[in-house]
Amino acid sequence: MLLEIKNLHAKVGGNEILKGIDLKVGLGEVHAIMGPNGSGKSTLAQVLAGRDVYAVTEGEVLYEGKNLLEMAPEDRAREGVFMAFQYPVEIPGVSNTYFLRTARNAIRKHHGQEEMDAMDFLTFIREKMKLLEMDESLMTRPVNEGFSGGEKKRNEIFQMAVLEPKLAILDETDSGLDIDALKIVARGVNAMRSKDRSMIVVTHYQRLLNYIVPDFVHVLSDGRIVKSGRKELALELEQKGYGWLEGAVNATA
Amino acid sequence: MTTAIKENLDVYLQSFRELERRGKVPEWLARIRTEAIERFLDLGFPTPRDEEWKYTNVASIARTPFEPAPAVPAERAAERIATHALAQLDCPRLVFVNGKPVPELSSLGGLEAGVKVMSLEKAVASGTEPVEQYLARTADPATHPFVALNTAFLQDGAWVEIPKRTALSKPIYLLYVTLPGSKPTVTYPRNVVLIGRESQATLIEGYLSLGDSAYLTNAVTEIIVEENSVLEYVKLQSESPAAFHVATVKMQQARNASAHATTVTLGARLAREETASVLDGEGGEATLNGLYVLTGEQHVDNHTTLDHAKAHCSSRELYKGILEGRSTGVFNGKIIVRPDAQKTDSKQSNKNLLLSEDATINTKPQLEIYADDVKCTHGATVGQIDAEALFYLRSRGISQREARNLLTVAFANDVLDKIKYAYLRERLKASVLERLATQP
Repeated sequence: MLLEIKNLHAKVGGNEILKGIDLKVGLGEVHAIMGPNGSGKSTLAQVLAGRDVYAVTEGEVLYEGKNLLEMAPEDRAREGVFMAFQYPVEIPGVSNTYFLRTARNAIRKHHGQEEMDAMDFLTFIREKMKLLEMDESLMTRPVNEGFSGGEKKRNEIFQMAVLEPKLAILDETDSGLDIDALKIVARGVNAMRSKDRSMIVVTHYQRLLNYIVPDFVHVLSDGRIVKSGRKELALELEQKGYGWLEGAVNATA
Repeated sequence: MTTAIKENLDVYLQSFRELERRGKVPEWLARIRTEAIERFLDLGFPTPRDEEWKYTNVASIARTPFEPAPAVPAERAAERIATHALAQLDCPRLVFVNGKPVPELSSLGGLEAGVKVMSLEKAVASGTEPVEQYLARTADPATHPFVALNTAFLQDGAWVEIPKRTALSKPIYLLYVTLPGSKPTVTYPRNVVLIGRESQATLIEGYLSLGDSAYLTNAVTEIIVEENSVLEYVKLQSESPAAFHVATVKMQQARNASAHATTVTLGARLAREETASVLDGEGGEATLNGLYVLTGEQHVDNHTTLDHAKAHCSSRELYKGILEGRSTGVFNGKIIVRPDAQKTDSKQSNKNLLLSEDATINTKPQLEIYADDVKCTHGATVGQIDAEALFYLRSRGISQREARNLLTVAFANDVLDKIKYAYLRERLKASVLERLATQP
């Protein structure tokens, strides 16, 4: 098992957002997490990445058998955890290429591999740029600065392609994308699918799952997973709406 | 209520008498110096009650009995300078050690025809250079105690003259190195720079120290930028952590002249950096940029003045500060738009990054506008490292320390990237990075 989440509770400020999440992700699996706004999807993604505004109050998360919650965000990344941000951050003054090379080298160094120089790195990223239709100019510009919404999301998946994580968490990567941009992003993600890599795809909409077909679908509501199933669950959800499951929660409570 | 410190000024008068006895200077210079010492004795050292010195207390300068800095053998200085990254610029240079020019360390080969770069003392003594016409005209000793003090004690510095229609292929580097002794010493560098019409030049003024005891550098640089000329000026202050540095840079720009100044402050226990330009002809452009990186107990006061005297001029100003430890910074940006200066276009910005809870910045724009058809904007920000950006970098595997440095350097690069001379720009970036890396 790559990732094991047990009874995870988390809060921000005084509000409990996650109220006991249980989830197992095996190596090579793609899990979709769906749910209405405010159900805790993004909180779960950010807790896994190590954002410290969320306080974990109960439960544990094992990643390759290790306690993930005790690890600093950079250590998680070096061990292979990657989150594509819902709202990628703009970093003026730091070029996209320099940032990515620094990140990749930090990860390589952690694994005892030699660091890549600027030339080697450029060769390495060229193919991945093509895959995500990243324009050369986006590479020399400061990270995300002046990028359109679609360019920012593409840049996230491009980073994933460059950093080659073991566990990729996509936090609403599809939100706000037009269909062409969505296809490019999905193509990038699908190219990364492998038996050695797992993915958690957090989304509000079923649309993305037409392009990134998950192995499992979980529905999050009010901080708990209220239903799990195969990919067909997403279609059912599309037809019946989230209200259907919120009803189910109340019925079981 | 007193706005000046006038005790212990006798020491300065005595030193002045000594200087008068020792050196033989032309009558016109003797007159300027005498007027200046009289003016200084009259003004005294300013106190924080003086609005212009509200946040910068120079009592410790007033209290310290500085002695003239002793001459240093060239070999000894050479050995020490060789280790300093910022002393190794690839361009013609005039190097001063403890205020005196050291020909062995200077190299003035490769200058274009007619360009003069020489010791100010020699230029005065020669009697053939038009020093009298320019000295103490742009920087006025009458109103500023430290300019008055510098003028009274001025002995040497650089005389730079670029003839008309001459574009320099390489910058000119004026480097002032202090080798402090066991007692506090003082130097009074004075530079006069003349950029002839339709010429182009880059001038770098550097202050370095090869020791860590206390001394005072009181420097004044006067720059005349003639019609349709282009000047890039970079001041680099990397004095010792125990030093006092009070400097005034005054530029006078003629019609269609463009001046781009960058002041980088890394050193000194207490520094006052005054940078000013008078846009005295239509169509002029002035940029005053600055970067200050402070730590420990450092105090740096950047006082800038953009004086729009004529119409159709534009000015841009960007000062950025990075403050750690218990350091304090001051930014005071004055913009004057005179009644004749219609169509003035002026923008000022001061941004600060506070890396510790004990660091302080006082920032103040000061706009005096006497014309009615002008565009003037100003803004100031004070903030910490952006937590979101820090997390973003860390979530990609970059360590917290490296992420902080990366963000801090990015903040600084905004100013450094605007320096056109690439060789210096890259060295400055490295110096800032090194400076940040050594901080706790």
